[in-house]
Amino acid sequence: MNEQNLSQYQDPAVIQAALGRPRVAVVGLSSNELRASNFVGYYLLRNGYSVVPVNPREEEIFGLECYPSLAAIPEPVDVVDVFRDPSAVPAIAEEAVAQNAKFLWLQFGVISPEGVAIAQAGGMQCIVDRCIKIEHARYRGRMHWLGFNTEQISAQRGRE
Amino acid sequence: MTMPPEFSGFHTRAVHAGARPDARTGSRAMPIHQTTSYVFEDAEAAAAYFNLQEYGNTYSRIMNPTVAAFEERVANLEGGVGAVAFASGLAAQSAALFTLLQPGDHVLASAALYGGTVTQFKHFLRKMSVDLDFVEPDNLSAWQGGIRDNTKLIFGETIGNPSGCVLDIAALAEVAHAAGVPLMIDNTFGTPYLCQPMTWGADIVVHSATKFMGGHGTSIGGVVTESGEFDWSNGRFPVIAEPSPAYHGLKFHETFGTFGYLMKLRAETLRDLGACMSPFNAFLLAQGIETLPLRMRQHVANAEAVASFLVDHPRVDAVHYAGLPASPYRPLVEKYLPLGAGAVFCFDLKGGREDGIKLIENLNLFSHLANVGDAKSLVIHPATTTHRQLSDAELAAGGIGPGTIRLSIGIEDADDLIADLDYALNRLGSA
Repeated sequence: MNEQNLSQYQDPAVIQAALGRPRVAVVGLSSNELRASNFVGYYLLRNGYSVVPVNPREEEIFGLECYPSLAAIPEPVDVVDVFRDPSAVPAIAEEAVAQNAKFLWLQFGVISPEGVAIAQAGGMQCIVDRCIKIEHARYRGRMHWLGFNTEQISAQRGRE
Repeated sequence: MTMPPEFSGFHTRAVHAGARPDARTGSRAMPIHQTTSYVFEDAEAAAAYFNLQEYGNTYSRIMNPTVAAFEERVANLEGGVGAVAFASGLAAQSAALFTLLQPGDHVLASAALYGGTVTQFKHFLRKMSVDLDFVEPDNLSAWQGGIRDNTKLIFGETIGNPSGCVLDIAALAEVAHAAGVPLMIDNTFGTPYLCQPMTWGADIVVHSATKFMGGHGTSIGGVVTESGEFDWSNGRFPVIAEPSPAYHGLKFHETFGTFGYLMKLRAETLRDLGACMSPFNAFLLAQGIETLPLRMRQHVANAEAVASFLVDHPRVDAVHYAGLPASPYRPLVEKYLPLGAGAVFCFDLKGGREDGIKLIENLNLFSHLANVGDAKSLVIHPATTTHRQLSDAELAAGGIGPGTIRLSIGIEDADDLIADLDYALNRLGSA
């Protein structure tokens, strides 16, 4: 995936549609409070999302049951957010399709053309090399409170 | 889903970026949040803010909504992922350095810099046990040859103050990145309207917002913005990539990715050095930016007219304005500053030091003071003021002679500025 290919998987409309779905499985969620996945999972929880931890090495994170794989989750999820090595993505994409998830969200550096192809063939929409926490903060949250560039230009009343 | 259009024009962004109408009150102008601190929703929210797990306000030394609006506006115009504001340009610069340097490191900087920066680099870096070399800015092989194993930063100004040299930013970015080193540019004289260094490969851009951004000489302020693209985990910057003892073991680059450097700059450096921007100054500076492109066009047009007049005046020896057609920097101006080479430049009087002082006394419209980038035209004699701490050799290295006069051309009428200079120049030698 080159830069041009990547940008087609960073479509603001798709990103905002994914952010509008309530149930997010976080694959590779760490219980270590200093890891990026933990920051993101905790942020999503605090912002009202139903977070489903997926990590075979953990039993419980944030007091939530942790599943060994996507396939083991009993209820459907809307968004599959991935913090794994790119080589793990194709198998995750297959399970996500089987779970009838709607969006495959690959975090910074998790770039897998094969995984994206599998998800798309299964009817999923994909977001690649973007952080779900940053995008939430950009469109729905408080990224602007810390001087980050939301790239949002609008004369409509802002969110709080 | 259909989306509203993306509004990408520079003038539009200068007016709107960072400042949507207030959510709760609908205030159209940017509210001034004149507060030291913020009531937490609950204990968990407080913890999440202090742990940087959520974007939240804690204390105005570290963040403030009005200051944040100014920061986002600058980041947007420069093309950065974000920005952090400081009490002054030099505070911004020292914090930008402090965040990425450790004792034993080395910095390579242009020899043609603002006198305050030269002094800061020489003395502040020495106290931090950081080595420093100045390089002739036009000499690419000197930059290349100057990089050492412990070099952590390359630094220069878009337009050198006050020599008027233009930096080959893209070439320097290549030299820096080949060595795994970031390029930091002071874009105060360029302003993001005339030049956006990040589009040419710069990683960090610093500003004295006091100058053209504010534009009216009312408020001191500075700002650091970063592209988010530099790989701080390339092995050269353990100070940013490794667990931080100043933030309970957090790895800023791994955890915050593209926001890593700026998060560390805010959550550690601004927290600890404490030179925060006041909300009122942020309001004035952000309001100044709304007219930045309009003012810069007039600044540049006036500067070009005044420089052309001075070139032909018999009492003037040389005019160092990169915007002149005959300037040796013409190719670099066409590449990096197509809308103009700024509005601050120097000229040399034939008469030397005495005539320099006398010229300033004879001017009636130019204000004699130590600032640049005001709507009003300004004049100063560097050898006896801004650069008087420098030795003659350092002065010469920065392109400054005893009869050098620095002008900051304002937005008055060019004819009036020329008339004032003509009057003052013609009185030289008439005792």
